[in-house]
Amino acid sequence: MKFTRRDVIRTTAGAAAGMLGGQFVGSPAFAQEALKYKPEDGAKLRLLRWSPFVQGDEDQWLKNTKRFTEMTGVEVRVDKESWEDIRPKAAVAANVGSGPDLMFVWFDDPHQYPDKLLDVTELGDYLGKKYGGWYDGPKQYATREGKFIGLPLATIGNAIVYRESWVKEAGFSEFPKDTAGFLELCKALKAKGHPAGFTHGHGVGDGNNYAHWLLWSHGGQMVDEQGKVTINSPETLKAIQYAQELYKTFIPGTESWLDVNNNRAFLAGEVSVIANGISVYNTAKVNKDNDPKLTEIAKDMRTTNMPIGPVGKSVELFQVTTAVIFNYTPYPNAAKAYLQFMFEDPQMSDWITSSACYCCQTLKSFANNPVWKADPNNAAYAKASETLRPNGYAGPLGYASAATMADYVLVDMFAKAVTGQAAPQEAMEEAEKRANRYYRV
Amino acid sequence: MAVTSAAVRPRQSILSRLSESRNVLGFGFMLPAAALLLVFLTYPLGLGVWLGFTDARIGRPGIFIGIENYEYLWSDSVFWLSVFNTLLYTVSASILKFMLGLWLALILNGNLPFKSFFRAVVLLPWVVPTVLSAIAFWWIYDSQFSILSWALQQMGLIDHRINFLGDPTNARASVIAANVWRGIPFVAITLLAGLQTIPQSLYEAATLDGASRWQLFRYVTLPLLTPIIAITMTFSVLFTFTDFQLIYVLTRGGPVNATHLMATLSFQRGIAGGQLGEGAAIAVAMIPFLLAAILFSYFGLQRRRWQQGGGD
Repeated sequence: MKFTRRDVIRTTAGAAAGMLGGQFVGSPAFAQEALKYKPEDGAKLRLLRWSPFVQGDEDQWLKNTKRFTEMTGVEVRVDKESWEDIRPKAAVAANVGSGPDLMFVWFDDPHQYPDKLLDVTELGDYLGKKYGGWYDGPKQYATREGKFIGLPLATIGNAIVYRESWVKEAGFSEFPKDTAGFLELCKALKAKGHPAGFTHGHGVGDGNNYAHWLLWSHGGQMVDEQGKVTINSPETLKAIQYAQELYKTFIPGTESWLDVNNNRAFLAGEVSVIANGISVYNTAKVNKDNDPKLTEIAKDMRTTNMPIGPVGKSVELFQVTTAVIFNYTPYPNAAKAYLQFMFEDPQMSDWITSSACYCCQTLKSFANNPVWKADPNNAAYAKASETLRPNGYAGPLGYASAATMADYVLVDMFAKAVTGQAAPQEAMEEAEKRANRYYRV
Repeated sequence: MAVTSAAVRPRQSILSRLSESRNVLGFGFMLPAAALLLVFLTYPLGLGVWLGFTDARIGRPGIFIGIENYEYLWSDSVFWLSVFNTLLYTVSASILKFMLGLWLALILNGNLPFKSFFRAVVLLPWVVPTVLSAIAFWWIYDSQFSILSWALQQMGLIDHRINFLGDPTNARASVIAANVWRGIPFVAITLLAGLQTIPQSLYEAATLDGASRWQLFRYVTLPLLTPIIAITMTFSVLFTFTDFQLIYVLTRGGPVNATHLMATLSFQRGIAGGQLGEGAAIAVAMIPFLLAAILFSYFGLQRRRWQQGGGD
C-alpha cells in the first residue's frame, strides 16, 4: 500500500478547460455520453476515495478525471483516506449532510443511509444495458428496492497465494481444488516446515474473507432470507471443526494478525500459503529494492481460487466498493456526468488495466480486459465479481449485516474455537447471541 | 438641551455603575470561557448522554428508547469483557507507571552527570505521537518479526517465538507494557517538579536528627509529594482509562476481544458498526469510573491531614 502523495490533488480547469468547456456537447468522444447529463454551471466536485492499494489505480483515475475536467470544465478534487477510515467518514457525511459530493464506500455502507444517496437508477440501467449487465453480487450492494443508490465500482479479489516449489515438495503436483484436499496439503506443508497462515485476527479484509469462506464453503450462513439468525447450525459446526484442523497447520500468531501480517510473513518466506489480494504478488514482482530473495519468491508464487467446500461451488466475500453520490450535492448532474464518464469505455478499461488486477470489473463487458491474461497469476482474480456473495448472506443488506461484520462476530467465532477458548458449540451459540442483538429478533 | 442631558445622564450612570461592579465585570469576563465550555464540552457531553438513550444509527437520528441500550450491554459478554480489560489495563498500568515514574523522578532529582540531557531524553516517549510509538510496538510484538523474540532466540533463552499479541494473557501484558512505556515520562517529570519544591532545609534537619535514607523518603519526601502524586495519578488514570490509539493500532481489540477497552469497543460499535446509540452508551458507561477517579483526587486534595501525610 502506498501512503505517499497524501496531499490533495487538484485537477484545475484552468484556461484550457475554460476553452474546452464549450466543447462539452460537441466533443465527438463524449457526444453520446454527454446526452445524459449536463453539468450545472460553475459545478465543482469533490470525491473522497480510499487510498489506492496499487499506484496505477490512482494514477489512471486521476488521468481519467483530468480528461473529464478538460471536456466539461468541471473541476474535480480527489481526496483519499485509508480504506478503513472511509466508513466513518461516509457515515459522518451522510449524517450531517455535508462533505464530499461523491465517495467510494465499502460493503453495506450504501444500505445504511440509502435515503441520503442520490438515486442513480437511470445511469445504472444505462450502463448495465450498454456493457453487458452488472454482476449480481456487486449490484446487490449498490441497489435497494430495485433502485440504484450507487454504482458498483469494483470488487477487490482475494485468492490463495502459495509457493509452488513447496507445494510440490509436500507431494502435491497441483493445488487441491476442494477443502478436504486443501487440509491434507496444509498438513503436509506443515510437516515440511512450511506452515500456512490465514488471518484469525481483527483484520477487516483478510479476517472477514477467511471467516466467510470457512462458513459459506461448508453451507453455513449467518441469517436466512428473512434475516433470522441461523448461524447455530450443523453446517457451521462442520465449518468450525474444519477451521480447527486447518489452524493446527498454521504458523503461530495468526489470531493476532491484522490485514498486513500475512503479506509480510509470506514475502519473508515464513509461510507457504495465504489468502490475499493481488497486491502481495505485485509487491514481489515489482521488487522495488531489487532484493534477489524476493525475485526468487516472485518466481515461485502461484495463485488460485479458494478451495470449494461441501456446498460444491465457489463462494466468497471479497471487498466490494461502490461509488455513491450524496443527495446534498449542489451539482447532482455534474456528479452523474462524472460517474458516467468514468464508467464508460475506454476510461473504465484503462482503469481496470492500470489497477493491475486489484480492481475487478463490475460490468460484464469489461471481463475480456487483456490484463487478466497478462500474467498467469492474474486469472484467479478475474472472476471475483462473479463468485462473490454479499455480506450477511442470505439476508437483507443493511445496518444489521454491516454491524455484525464490523463487530467481528464471525471472525471471533472461529478464532475463539480454533484457539481453544471455547468449544465449537459454545462459540457458535455466542455468535448467535451477538448476531441476534443486531438483527433484533 | 437640558432635557437631553437629563435623559442621557442616568444611562451613563448605569453604565458606569455596571463597569465598576465587580460582580458584573466578573460575570462578563467569565462569559467567553463559559461559552466555550458550553459549546465544546457540555453540549457534546449532553448529546453523548442523550444518544445513549436513543437507537440512533448512522444516517438516522433515532428515537428515545430509555435504557434499552444499557439493558443490552448488561447481558453482553463482550461489553463486560471490555470493562474487565479496561480496569485491568488502567490499574496495572497506573501502578507500574507510578512506581517506575517515582523511581525515575528520584533518580533525576539526585546529582547526575548530564542531568538536563537525561531530563529531556526521558520526555521522548511522551513527545512521540502515540500512533507512531504504537506502530513501533506493533513491530516489536509481531508474531513473526519481533526483535524481542529474535534477540532472546539468539541468546538461546527461548526456542520459539513469543506469541505476544496472539495469546490473550500475553496480549494484555504487551499492551500494558506499551502503555507504561509511554506514560512514565508524564509521571516522572511531574513528580520531579514536585520534588524540586521540597525545601532542602527539611532534609538537612532530618539528616541532623539521624534519619536514614528510607526515613527521609518516608517522612519528608512522600508526605510533601502527596498532593502532586494525587493530581498526577488522577490525570494518569484518566489518560489510561480512555486510551484508544494504542489498542487500535496494536490489536484492534483482538485476539477474540481480549484487549478491547471500553473506548475501542465504543468506536467499533458506534462508528464502524454504525450503532451510534449503543456506542454512546458504552462511552457513557465510562463516566462513573472517570468520575470516581476525579472525586477521589478532589477529596484527597481537600484533606489537609492526608496532604500532610497523616491518616484519616
